[in-house]
Amino acid sequence: MSPLVFVVLAALTLGAAVAVVLNRNPVYSALALVSTLALLSCFFVGLEAYLVWALQLVVYAGAIVVLFLFVIMLLNVQREESVLPAPGVVAGVGVGAGLLALGVAHAVTRAPAVAMPAVAEGYGSPAHLARRLFTDYLVPFEITSVLLLVAIVGAVVLGKRRI
Amino acid sequence: MVPLSWYLVLSAALFAIGVAGVLLRRNLIVVFMAIELMLNAVNLSFVAFARQLGAEDGQVIVFFVMAVAAAEAGVGLAIFIQLFRARETLQADQVSTLRW
Repeated sequence: MSPLVFVVLAALTLGAAVAVVLNRNPVYSALALVSTLALLSCFFVGLEAYLVWALQLVVYAGAIVVLFLFVIMLLNVQREESVLPAPGVVAGVGVGAGLLALGVAHAVTRAPAVAMPAVAEGYGSPAHLARRLFTDYLVPFEITSVLLLVAIVGAVVLGKRRI
Repeated sequence: MVPLSWYLVLSAALFAIGVAGVLLRRNLIVVFMAIELMLNAVNLSFVAFARQLGAEDGQVIVFFVMAVAAAEAGVGLAIFIQLFRARETLQADQVSTLRW
């Protein structure tokens, strides 16, 4: 990924992320979230993580955000009159953002600006990832399946009016 | 080619926007979206480090993060539906009690 493309995509991504936080209407926030996630997936292509790119679009931008939109529309959430809370909280967040910017500037100016090394053929392909997933990461993978099962049961139980 | 530090800066900025969203917003659904932003920022660092090191472990971990995010969204939104039935609101400062 060339630096110019990176900077343009990063600016768009950050703009969309700010829009998620600052929009008064939750539906617009959800749409901005889709944009953020889709733009982030472009970076995954640049990093040669093609399976992660596909998963990002299908699972995140597809399934999860649709779930958000579904709940927003089901509950008919009204737009808020005022987005920002007390001035003290806003000031605290501003100070925190300033400190973060300082830390990032410090880290970047000290980091060596070397390009990333070349990777082996087939890096990030589904075959490679599946091999790692079903050998070294087999136990976490099985635990994930249990977690998803628990989440499904929990969501169904919580969604019922009376248990 | 873009060095690793650029990706990490983008990731840090995205994470900070997510934290700001959790702290600033009162609407629980928007707070949830800000949490998703933070998870995605971390995913970006995982993939960037995986690319830098030439290892695929970071990408495998992103897979797990996505599974956890999906589970979290499913259960969390079910809780919001129940909360809305009981309280008719999704403003965080109006539902500060866990029991009533």
